[in-house]
Amino acid sequence: MTTRQHDASIYEEIQAGERFKELRGRFRGWVFPATVAFLVWYVLYVVLSGFARGFMGTKLFGNINVALVFGILQFVSTFLIAWAYSRHAAAKLDPLADELRNEVEEKTAA
Amino acid sequence: MKHETLSTILFVVFVAGTLVITFWASRNTKTAADYYAGGRSFSGLQNGLAIGGDYMSAASFLGIAGIIALSGYDGFLYSIGFLVAWLVALLLVAELMRNSGKFTMADVLAFRMRPRPVRTAAGVSTIVVSIFYLLAQMVGAGALVGLLLGVHSEAGKIWTIIAVGLLMIVYVVFGGMKGTTWVQIVKAVLLMTGATLITLLVLGKYGFNLSGLLGEAAEKSGKGAAFLEPGLKYGTEAQGIAGKIDLISLGLALVLGTAGLPHILIRFYTVPTARDARKSVQWGIGIIGVFYLLTLVLGFGAAALVGSKAITAQDKAGNTAAPQLAKAVGELIFGEVGGTILLAVIAAVAFATILAVVAGLTLASSSSFAHDLYAHVFKRGNATERQEVVVARISAFVIGAVAIALSIFAQSLNVAFLVALAFAVAASGNLPAILYSLFWKRFNTSGAVSAIYAGLVSSVVLVIFSPVVSGAPTSMFPDTDFHWFPLSNPGIVSIPIGFLAGYIGTVLSKEFNASKYAEIEVRSLTGVGAEKAAEH
Repeated sequence: MTTRQHDASIYEEIQAGERFKELRGRFRGWVFPATVAFLVWYVLYVVLSGFARGFMGTKLFGNINVALVFGILQFVSTFLIAWAYSRHAAAKLDPLADELRNEVEEKTAA
Repeated sequence: MKHETLSTILFVVFVAGTLVITFWASRNTKTAADYYAGGRSFSGLQNGLAIGGDYMSAASFLGIAGIIALSGYDGFLYSIGFLVAWLVALLLVAELMRNSGKFTMADVLAFRMRPRPVRTAAGVSTIVVSIFYLLAQMVGAGALVGLLLGVHSEAGKIWTIIAVGLLMIVYVVFGGMKGTTWVQIVKAVLLMTGATLITLLVLGKYGFNLSGLLGEAAEKSGKGAAFLEPGLKYGTEAQGIAGKIDLISLGLALVLGTAGLPHILIRFYTVPTARDARKSVQWGIGIIGVFYLLTLVLGFGAAALVGSKAITAQDKAGNTAAPQLAKAVGELIFGEVGGTILLAVIAAVAFATILAVVAGLTLASSSSFAHDLYAHVFKRGNATERQEVVVARISAFVIGAVAIALSIFAQSLNVAFLVALAFAVAASGNLPAILYSLFWKRFNTSGAVSAIYAGLVSSVVLVIFSPVVSGAPTSMFPDTDFHWFPLSNPGIVSIPIGFLAGYIGTVLSKEFNASKYAEIEVRSLTGVGAEKAAEH
């Protein structure tokens, strides 16, 4: 690997470019809101488990209560976010990242 | 045949199999990348299984099933924190870390900082977190083997700890990351198979009617509907407001700690690319998620079919609930022999679980000692690859030996809290340093060092002066009382301290390296110059 010898200015040049800003925007624009969303959703669950036990204990059907359904929904949301992120990354992040990586590698090889 | 005999036979088969793997791995471990990162040649699925094998400790298999069996719903609360935490790793850490680091957590932190102070801090934190975790696992192993194999003498427990410690040393010293990863993969497959089997049998017993199972569990527990609701263990009404804040504090440490645990972070280096790191975390989330859903059935199944009286008769904390359930459900469906076989299988799976986790922890701490402290701090980056790997192997041996000695010393103490403490340190010190490094332009050496030490020290100090160490009947030292911090879990205080210290440390220093920042940002997002997989 010769990364350490790369001219650092190439990175600054890429970093300042529109396409890199686009890539960073697409990445942060997805993962930051998603992180806030799942953390709020999780903390809501924990807080309700501590402070709203009457509500959590409400029976929905048979012996299945709100607490159990809420807990299962945490699993469902985790699986869904992981799946949605992979879709987003494959469609919106990976092609642009490949393009930029190839560009840097060509420039440093030349 | 007694189940102890069969358990021992199965366990010997597992040990023999893993030793063969270790021998094979040692022959294929030549470079530093082989030793530290398994040649970066594992597939996404393989690493996903290994992530499961590294993460699903005996504490989560036996511990959570036991909490559910005795306290009902609250055990489920614990497992949800353990699962949701993986989203932090998936979205914010895994790929960026794979692209910009090499062997340890500190590689990413030191990228654009002054390497010596940052590697020292990260190395200290890695070793402290890993040893806390290791102690909890090894002391637990001693107690568990006593319960499962009927070895109740003090000497028996000590020999168990020594045996577990020696095996873990052999896996890590000879097998490196390759050997350790395969041990974790085998363990994950065994654990998932065992847990699925018992779950299907339990559900089958209730005609796949979950509500029916829950109803009987609640009835047998003697606690009625409350058994299916939060509040019997964490933040009970008797503990008042402090107990409820403690619950939230625990939840925060669980959800934010995982992505700061060094033995988890080094798993992202074992795959060829960042995309494989993403895939492996996704497999990990699937495997871990399904596992905790199975644990839910195991726990309520044990409450219904074994009953709390029989469980607490064996172990007050309920750690034997899952093996007892295996026996009970086996007997119900296949008669006495079936019960013996299932109990033996689950007991052997529990040992495999312990071994895989302690090996991962020893590897993480010895890698950090060799790569961060020896090669970069003591030798200032002038160690050869060969020297580094030799030091890594020696330090794995030394750390293993220290862990054995400490575990023997601590075996009569209640050290289960050390797992929660490891999560708190990881969330309060390591996570802020990692996130700021990857996402905050202005971040610098002073900020990184402040975040790590402030998170580490505040978590440890708050726990020392909390009821888990003194002043309560369940404390580590129940006969003295020097506690002043009311919560058992420091996270709700120490996590903000870590993030705040990282911020203040940063703004107090003028250090900023624009070109290094450009390099880490471009590299982490595009994969330019990322470490390649070894050619074999």
